[in-house]
Amino acid sequence: MDYRYTKFKQVMSLKRFLKMIGLVSCVSVASLASAQEVNVYSARKEALIKPLLDTFTETTGISVNLVTGNADALITRLKSEGKYSPADILITTDVGRLYRAKEQGLTQKIETEGANKLIPRNYIDPDGQWIGFTLRARPMMVAPQRVDETQLTRMEDLADKQWRGRVCVRSSSNIYNQSMVAAMIEQQGVEKTQSWLNDFVKNFARTPKGGDRDQIKAVVAGQCDVAIANTYYLAGMASSDDEATRETASKVKVIWPNQQDRGAHVNISGAVISKYAPNLASAQKLISFMLQEDSQVWYAKTNHEYPLREGVKQSAVLRSFGDFKAEQIDLSRVGELNRQAVLMMDKAGWK
Amino acid sequence: MKRSNWREPWIWAVTVFSLLLAVPVLLIFASLFVPQYELWHHLYETVLSDYVYHSLLIAFSVGALTLLLGTSLAWLIARYEFTGRQTLQWLILLPMAMPAYILAYTYTGMLDVAGPIQSQLRHTFNWTYHDYWFPDVRSVGGAVVMLSLVLYPYVYMLARTAFSEQSASFYEASRSMGVSGAAYFRKVAFPLARPAILTGTALAMMEAFADYGTVQYFGINTFTTGIFRTWNGLGNAIGAAQLAAVLTSFVLVLLLLEKHSRRRLKYFHQGQTHHSSKRVSLSPIKRVWATLLCLLPVLFGFIIPTVQLSVWTLDRVSTQVDEQFIHLIWNSFYLAASAALIAVGLALLFAYAKRLHQHWLLTSQVQLASLGYAIPGTVIAIGVMLMLSAADDALNAFTEYVFDTSVGLIFSGTLVALLLAYSVRFLAVALHNVEAGLQRIKPSMDDAARSMGLSSFGVLRKIHIPLLRASVLSAILLVFVDVLKELPATLILRPFNFNTLAVRTFELASEERLQDAAVPAITIVLVGLLPVFLLTRALESSKKK
Repeated sequence: MDYRYTKFKQVMSLKRFLKMIGLVSCVSVASLASAQEVNVYSARKEALIKPLLDTFTETTGISVNLVTGNADALITRLKSEGKYSPADILITTDVGRLYRAKEQGLTQKIETEGANKLIPRNYIDPDGQWIGFTLRARPMMVAPQRVDETQLTRMEDLADKQWRGRVCVRSSSNIYNQSMVAAMIEQQGVEKTQSWLNDFVKNFARTPKGGDRDQIKAVVAGQCDVAIANTYYLAGMASSDDEATRETASKVKVIWPNQQDRGAHVNISGAVISKYAPNLASAQKLISFMLQEDSQVWYAKTNHEYPLREGVKQSAVLRSFGDFKAEQIDLSRVGELNRQAVLMMDKAGWK
Repeated sequence: MKRSNWREPWIWAVTVFSLLLAVPVLLIFASLFVPQYELWHHLYETVLSDYVYHSLLIAFSVGALTLLLGTSLAWLIARYEFTGRQTLQWLILLPMAMPAYILAYTYTGMLDVAGPIQSQLRHTFNWTYHDYWFPDVRSVGGAVVMLSLVLYPYVYMLARTAFSEQSASFYEASRSMGVSGAAYFRKVAFPLARPAILTGTALAMMEAFADYGTVQYFGINTFTTGIFRTWNGLGNAIGAAQLAAVLTSFVLVLLLLEKHSRRRLKYFHQGQTHHSSKRVSLSPIKRVWATLLCLLPVLFGFIIPTVQLSVWTLDRVSTQVDEQFIHLIWNSFYLAASAALIAVGLALLFAYAKRLHQHWLLTSQVQLASLGYAIPGTVIAIGVMLMLSAADDALNAFTEYVFDTSVGLIFSGTLVALLLAYSVRFLAVALHNVEAGLQRIKPSMDDAARSMGLSSFGVLRKIHIPLLRASVLSAILLVFVDVLKELPATLILRPFNFNTLAVRTFELASEERLQDAAVPAITIVLVGLLPVFLLTRALESSKKK
C-alpha cells in the first residue's frame, strides 16, 4: 500500500493501544472510587455544616466531599475549572453570591417542585437556579440605656443628625451591607437611597472595621450606640460558651426596623447546583435533604438562623429577639442590584 | 567537559525542573500582554493609589524599623557585656517563630475597644469610650509594628555576625586616631557591616510586601489584598495576575538594589582570620538599660503574645481539640513534610549539578529557580493556578480526543498545585542550606577518596552523606516550618476536604473567634520554635570557629 495508508494504520494502532490503556486504567480507577458521591463547595464554615453532611451520608450512603472557603473565591474557582469542575453544589451564605453564580452561567436548574410547597416562593429563584435553606435578618442592635427607642423605628431614622457619631457598621465591601442597600434601592428607589446613604455615612462613629460581632462589641464598649448586624451573630454570642461574650450579648437590645411599613431586611443562605455537576442526582438528593424537617431544625439551630421551611420551630435564642415582619421582596432583585449598591456606597464615602 | 554538556542528564534534569518552577512566575508577567483597560481604569479611579501607597509605606516603614531594631540589638549584643547577655542573644531570635498574622490576631484580641485592657481601663477609672485616647491596633501603624516585631531577627542575625567578625585591630587603630564610641560605630563598624545589614533589611521588606494575613485582617488595601479582591470580587484572573506582576516588580527592584549595594562593597575586609575584639563592660546603670532594651522586642514579639495565646488555649482546649483537630495537625504536618522533602530533593539535584558542571546556563537556571523566595505567596499561587489549569485543559482535550472521555482536573484541584507552589517559594531556603553544606566538602576530598579505591557510590556513602546530613536536615526543617506558616497560597490552592493549621487559624480569626483561633495558632508557634533553636546552635558554632 502507499505510504499514507501505512502511516494511517500506525496512527490508528497507536490510538487503539492508548485506548486500551485508558480503558484498563478507567476500570481500575472506577473500582477504587466509591460508588456514589457528591462534591460540595461551601462558603459555610466546616463546623457549621459537616455534621449535617455526615448524617446525609449515613442515611443515603452517598459520601460527601467538602471544600470550604470564601464564597467569591469558590465562585471564581468554579468558573476557572469550567466544564471539568468536580463541584456539584455551591453553598453560600448570601443571596448576592447565589445570584453572582447564576449570572456567570455556573448554575443549572434545580428540581424545585417539591420545594415550592415547603418554603415561601420568594426564597427560590424564579428560574429555579438557586434555592434558600435558612433566613437571617439584619436589624439594629442598640445600647438600651443610651437610646430612646421611640426615636428609632425605621432604618431611615439613622440618617438623622441626632445619631451623629453614634452608629457602627462594617465595611461596604461586605456583601451583607451591599444586599441591604440593594434591597433598599428596590423598595425606595435610587434617589431616596442615595440621599439616605449620604447622611447615614456622616453618622458613623468610626471608620468601618471588623465584622458584625465587632460592631456589637463596640456598642457595649461605648464607642457607639447603634450597630447594624445579622441576627445570627448576636445569637451566637448569646449562646457562646464564654461567659464574657454572653454578658456582652446581654447588654444590647434588638430593634426591628420598619415594622409599620416594609419590614426588616432579610437575606438567605442557600445553594446552587453547578452547571457541569458530575453527580447531578446526588446533588439533587442533597438539596431535598437540606429541606427535610430534621435537617432544617439542626441547620437553623446550629447556625442560629430562621428555618425557611414553614412550621419548623426557631431556636430559643432567636425567639428571645421577638417576632418581626420581614421584607417581602423578590430576592433575585437584590442580586441584580448589587453592583449599583456598591457604586452608590462608594459615592457616599462608606469605606 | 564542554563537549558533553548537552548530553549530561544532570543538565537536562536541572533544565526541566527549573523551567517547571519558573513557569508560574513567567505566566504572571505574560499576563501583561493581555491588556485589561476597563479594569485598570476602574482600579485607577478607586483603589490603585491605596494599593501602591500602603504597600510602599508598609514595606519601607518595616524596613526602617527592622533596620533600627536589628542593628542596635546586634550592636549591643556583639559589643557590650551586660547582665543576661548570654541568654538574650538567642531570646532575641524567638519572634521568628511567630507568623505576623498570629501576632496581629493576638494583639487585636487584647487591645481592641472591647478587649480586656480597654474594658479594664474604663472599669477602673469609670471612663466612657470618649474620655481617653488609645492607639488603634487595626491600622497601618499597627501593621508596621506587627510585621517589624517578627521580622527584625533577619537584620539582627546578619548584623550580629557581621559585627562580631570585625577584627579588634580596627577598633584599636580607630581609637589611636581618636575615633571611639558613637563615632566608631558611625564611621567604621556600621559601614563595614552595611552589606549584611542591608541584606537583612531587604529580606524583611520582601516579607512585608508579601504579607497577606495581617493587612487583610486589619482591612488595609495593599497589593496582596487587592490581588485577592480583583480575582475573587471582580472575577478577573488576568487583572489579578497583572497586579501581581506590578507587586513582583517592586520586589525585584528591591532585590536589584540590594545586589547593587553589595557589589560596590564586596572587597571590604572580612576579618575572620583576625582575633575579634573583646566586649566592653558597661557601667551598672547602663547595664540595666541594655538588658531592658534587648528584652523589650522579645517581650512584645514573643512572650506577651505567647502567654496570651496559652491563656486562650487553656480556656478552649476542651472544645477545640477533637478528632478533627488531630486530623488538621496530620494534614499540616504531612503536607509540610512532603513539601520539605521535595524542595530539599530539588535543592540537592541543583546543588550537585552545579558542583559537577560549572556551566553558565546551569548557574543562571539555578539562580532563576531560587528567585521564588522573593515572590509573594499570593503571586505564586495565581501563577500556579494559571499554569495547572492550562495543563489540565490540554490533558483533557487529549484524552477526549483519544479515549472520548475526560479525566477531570488532576493537577489544579489537588495537592500537586500546593506542592508546586511551595517548591517555587521555598526552594531557595533549601538550596541555601544544601549549598552551604556542600561547600565544606572540597572536590579534592572526592579525588582523594577515589584514589584510595572508593567507587563513586562509595564516595557518596562514606563522605557526602555523613558530611551533608546536618545541613540537609536543617534545610528540611526550615522548609517544613515555612510551609506550616504559609497562608495565602494555601488558601488559594488547597483541594477538597483539606484544611491546614494556618488556614484554620485564619478562618476562625476572620469569624471573630480569636480565642478559638489560639489553639491552632499556638501549635504553629511551638513548631516554629524548632528552627529557631537550630539557628541558635548554628550561630553559636560559627562563632566558636
